[in-house]
Amino acid sequence: MSNSQTTAESGVDASGERAHGELIRAVPARYPGRWVVGVIAVAFAVFVIQAIIRSPNIDWGEVGHYLTYPTILKGLLLTIELTFVGMAIGVLGGILLAIMRLSANPVLRAISWVYIWFFRGTPLLIQIIFWFNISLIFPRIILVIPGTDFGYREMTNSLVTATVAAILALGLNEAAYMAEIVRGGLNSVDQGQEEAASSIGLSRWQTMRLVVLPQAIRTIIPPTGNEFIGMLKNTSLVSVIAAHELLTASQQIYAQNFETIELLIVASIWYLVLTSIQTYFQGILERRMEVSLRTRSESMPRQLWNSWQARRRPISNVSDW
Amino acid sequence: MTTAVEVRHVYKRFGSLVVLRDVSLQVQKGEVVCLLGPSGSGKTTLLRTINHLERIDAGEIYVGGKLVGYEYRKGRLHELKEKAVAHDRRRTTMVFQHFNLFPNMTALDNVAIGPRKVEGLPRAKAYDQARELLSLVGLADRADAYPKQMSGGQQQRVAIARALAMEPEVILFDEPTSALDPELVGEVLRVIRELADRGMTMVVVTHEIAFARDLADRVVVMMDGSVIEDGDPRRVLDAPTDSRTARFLSLQTA
Repeated sequence: MSNSQTTAESGVDASGERAHGELIRAVPARYPGRWVVGVIAVAFAVFVIQAIIRSPNIDWGEVGHYLTYPTILKGLLLTIELTFVGMAIGVLGGILLAIMRLSANPVLRAISWVYIWFFRGTPLLIQIIFWFNISLIFPRIILVIPGTDFGYREMTNSLVTATVAAILALGLNEAAYMAEIVRGGLNSVDQGQEEAASSIGLSRWQTMRLVVLPQAIRTIIPPTGNEFIGMLKNTSLVSVIAAHELLTASQQIYAQNFETIELLIVASIWYLVLTSIQTYFQGILERRMEVSLRTRSESMPRQLWNSWQARRRPISNVSDW
Repeated sequence: MTTAVEVRHVYKRFGSLVVLRDVSLQVQKGEVVCLLGPSGSGKTTLLRTINHLERIDAGEIYVGGKLVGYEYRKGRLHELKEKAVAHDRRRTTMVFQHFNLFPNMTALDNVAIGPRKVEGLPRAKAYDQARELLSLVGLADRADAYPKQMSGGQQQRVAIARALAMEPEVILFDEPTSALDPELVGEVLRVIRELADRGMTMVVVTHEIAFARDLADRVVVMMDGSVIEDGDPRRVLDAPTDSRTARFLSLQTA
């Protein structure tokens, strides 16, 4: 194509073709439908939110008052404790169960399978009540070295308090779910990795520790974060055994002052705060681990900001590139 | 000449499919043997039986005079435990079609991990040796790169260095260039040639006929689980005795 006839102003030569190196100056395609749908959605959201906020039946002053009430803060602390301890038991138990599940020993495989089958197959709520009432099956816990008097005896009820029952129920239940996540992570590592490791003489355990686990971790971290959030919310279930966590604390207060909605809002605000903090840290962790360069995702506020910025970014001339 | 690898009357089945049928093969020390044959002919399986990645159903395989995967105790054959088999594998390291580098380690660590963890070499010494091997394969400057940051050809050269690091008696190559872009094949073949010049014993499963003709001391052709040719590359490739070899070769060059 000849450039000699091209004028600098139009960038278009006599035959209507564009010259080399000219930026495309076209009108972007318009999508008015998107704006219409967006406006309707915003209008609806505003309506719902103002209906709640301006409701004469919600005393927002009370919400603010109870947000930092000592009973609520104590309940919040217990909720956090239950989440962390329950998750710790869940992760350790899950790793153990996953390794058992992939073991060469069929007995260990079967035990792991039955455990997961049972704990995933029954409602968590029942498991919580079950552990709380464990003394009905085992009234006493006695651990004594046979033939001697040396050992440990305790009434089950004084050992398994509501908090202990809650930790056992949440942790043992979580272990079953974590086992599947860990197993999925281990299976996601290519078979060739194990072959390569064994072809240079690494033992099975070395292969697991040095090659397979470090790669599996990347697959395991994101769903574990979700489990963490799930665990945080599941702690509210232990209110049925009155373990004095956040929801129980709220219930105790509204049982006396009947400000049910206000206290449920208080509890919800705290759950939202905790899950938001967790989401933030999980994002950092995932980015640091570079879970996958291709599917690497930005946080929602960041996405909105970026798309706004992209509209405003001026395009420089090709010669500046 | 001493024998590095000896395969004696090996049979192997996957279910009802016989993949190795009375296969025998000898590889002398310092020899380069290329295994050719159509896909499904059993050449990769044969390679994998040599370091016991695949179990065999009948026959015997010796590496450096030592039985692979089994041992005789009081006149009876006993299968070796996994740990012993794994430890023996370092004598027959393998280079894979898809490289199989450890993506969580740098090139240097990929090469040094075997000597450090299997041979118990001190870190500094293992790294020195790994650096030497990386420069042998022409990648001294990529020591700190992760596999994802390297081209296929570079990754395969690191994989060769990793295999060399164990000072094996034989290196087994499983189609080392067939996952590579055409322009990257040459750099890997050059490294293999370099090893051949240094007297490394190698068994190479390949589709590169020209490479086999050029470099191999012997060419073995497999078909349907059996060895149908075994001899000097020029004799096998230019004047095959079996008509099936001729047909296979004509399809390759077409």
